[in-house]
Amino acid sequence: MAAMTPTAADTAEPARTPDAAPHASAHRPRARPRVWRGAVLALAGAYFLTPLIASFVFTVHVPGQGITFEAYTELLAADGFTESLLLSLGLAAATIALSLLLAVPALVAVRIGSPRLRPVVEVMCMLPLVVPPIALVTGITTVLRWGPEHLSRTPLYQTFLAVQNEDFPVVLVLAYTVLALPFVYRSLDAGLRAVDVPTLVEAARSCGASWPHVVLRVLLPNLRASLAGAAFLTLALVLGEFTIASLLGFQPFAVWIVSISGAQARMSVAVSILSLLITWLLLLLLSRAGTNPATVSSAPATSRKES
Amino acid sequence: MSATTTPHPKGTAGGNRRRRRGPRTWLAALPLLVFTGLCFGIPLGAIAFGAVTRTDPVTGAVQPTGEHLARSLQGPYLGSLIGSVQLSALTALVGGLLGVLIAQAVVTSRSTALRNATLTASGVLANFGGVPLAFAFIATVGISGVVTQLADLGSLGWSLYSFTGLTVVYLYFLIPLMVLVIAPALDGLRPQWREAAQNNGATAGQFWRHVGLPVLAPSLLGGFVLLFGTAFAAHATAAALVGGSVPLVTLKIADALSGNVLTGQENVALALGLDMILIAGLVMAVYLPLQRRSARWLR
Repeated sequence: MAAMTPTAADTAEPARTPDAAPHASAHRPRARPRVWRGAVLALAGAYFLTPLIASFVFTVHVPGQGITFEAYTELLAADGFTESLLLSLGLAAATIALSLLLAVPALVAVRIGSPRLRPVVEVMCMLPLVVPPIALVTGITTVLRWGPEHLSRTPLYQTFLAVQNEDFPVVLVLAYTVLALPFVYRSLDAGLRAVDVPTLVEAARSCGASWPHVVLRVLLPNLRASLAGAAFLTLALVLGEFTIASLLGFQPFAVWIVSISGAQARMSVAVSILSLLITWLLLLLLSRAGTNPATVSSAPATSRKES
Repeated sequence: MSATTTPHPKGTAGGNRRRRRGPRTWLAALPLLVFTGLCFGIPLGAIAFGAVTRTDPVTGAVQPTGEHLARSLQGPYLGSLIGSVQLSALTALVGGLLGVLIAQAVVTSRSTALRNATLTASGVLANFGGVPLAFAFIATVGISGVVTQLADLGSLGWSLYSFTGLTVVYLYFLIPLMVLVIAPALDGLRPQWREAAQNNGATAGQFWRHVGLPVLAPSLLGGFVLLFGTAFAAHATAAALVGGSVPLVTLKIADALSGNVLTGQENVALALGLDMILIAGLVMAVYLPLQRRSARWLR
C-alpha cells in the first residue's frame, strides 16, 4: 500500500540525517520535506489535541477552588441523565434491528435472484445522503401535522399518536433508520462483495438446507464483520443525533446535553467528553473488527454525528 | 466485482436454476423499498408539495404558488443561504488544503504506524461533529474557556460565537474527512512517476504541475465538494454553539420550525429545505462522477 517500493529513490537516498545539507546534485533535497512534515504533523496534533485536553481541564479545574471531579461524580445523579441515555440506547437498538432487518434480505436477494433490482436498491439506500437531516425534519413535521388536521376521524390517527409516544418515539426510529441506511448499505455491500454468495447458497441448497437456514447459518456468519460495522456506525449516529430529536420535541442524550448546558456548563462538557470517548471506543473497535476504517468512514456523507 | 452469475435467457436450462433459487427473491427486497417509499418518500413529497402550494386555512383549498420559494430567496432567508454557502466554501477550501498537507505528510513518511494511527484517528474525528464538539470548543476557546483565559484571547478580539469561530470548529471534523478521502489518491501517486519525471530533468514544481496535480485533480475536487456538502448540512454544532447569531440556513429552518410560528412560516421552512436538498443534490451530482474518475488511479 504505502509507497515502499524498493526503487532507485530508496537506494540513492542521501544520509538519513535531517540536517544533511542539500548538496548541489540532481538529487531532491531530502532535508526540507522532513522539516515540513514534522511541522505539519506537530501543528495538526496541537490543533486536534488542544480542545480535548482543555475540555478535560475545564471539567476538573474550578478557578479559585482547585481540582475537583464533581462534574463526573454527580453525573449519575443528574436529573434526566439516565433517562435520556437509556432512551438513546433503546432508540439505537431499535434502529439497528430495523435497518438490518430491512437491508440484509434486500441485499442478499439482489445478489442471488434479482440482479436487476440492484440499482433500485442502491439508489433507495443512498438517497438519504442527499437530504440533510434538517430538511428531512421539515418534511416529517409537516406529515405529523396532517394527523390532527386531516385524519382525526380515521384509525390512522391512533397510529400518528402512537409513533409520537414520549416514552419511546417510534417516529425517531423510522427517521434514524432512513439516515442510517446509506452506512448500513455500504457496510453490508462491502461484506457481500467479499463473499461468493451464489455459490454458497447453491451449495447449501444442494445439501438440503432450507432458506431460513441458508441465511441464518451460512450467509450471516460470513457477514459478521460488516454487520458489526453497520451496527456500530448506526449506534454512533443515534447516540449523537440532535437535530431531528430536538426539533420534534424529544429528549434523547444529545438534546439533554444541550438542555443542561446553561445551568451546568461543567457537567455538559464532562458528558461531551464521555460521549466522545464512548464513540471513539466504538469506532476503534469497529476498525479492529477487521474492517478498514478508511473504507468505512470515507462515506460521502454528512459526518455521522453531525446532524 | 459483481458476484451475480451470468444472466440466463428465460426458458433455457438456466431458467431451472433460477427457479431452484426461489423465483420470488425480489419479495425479500420489498420491505426495504416499501419502507423507504413510506418513511423517506412521503416526507420528501411533503416538502416538495408544501414548498410550492398554499393551503387556505379557512376553506382548505390548495393552490399552487411560487411565493414560498420566492420568499426563501429574499431578505434574511437569502442572507442565511449565502452565509451557509460562504461558511461551507471557506471551511471546505481551508479544510481541504490542510487535509491534503496532513495526508501527504503521512503518506510520504515511511512509518506504517504513523500512517495507520492517522487514518484511524481521522476515521474517528471525521465522525465527531455535533453537540459534544461544540461543547469541547466552548470549554477551550469560549468566553470562559481554558485557552481563552490562559492566552487572554478575549483582548485580541477573538470570539468563538462568530463566523470565524464556526470556521475553526468545523475544520475539526472536515480536515480528518479530507485526510480519509485523499489518502488513497495520494497513495496512487506512484514513486516511479516521480522518478521518471526526475530522470527527465523535471523539477519538483514541474512534477506537481504536469503529473501530480492532474492525477489528483478529480480526488481533490471530489473531496472539496464532499466537505462543502458536509459543512452545508451541519446543524447541531452550529445550534449548540451560536444558536442563531450567525446566519445559517440550517439555523433559520430550525427557527421557522420551532419558533413562534407565524402563518406561512412552515411553508418557508419547507421551501428552504427544498433549496437545501437541491444544493445537496447538486453536490452529489458533482461528487459521484469525480469519485469514479479518481478510482481509475487507485488500482
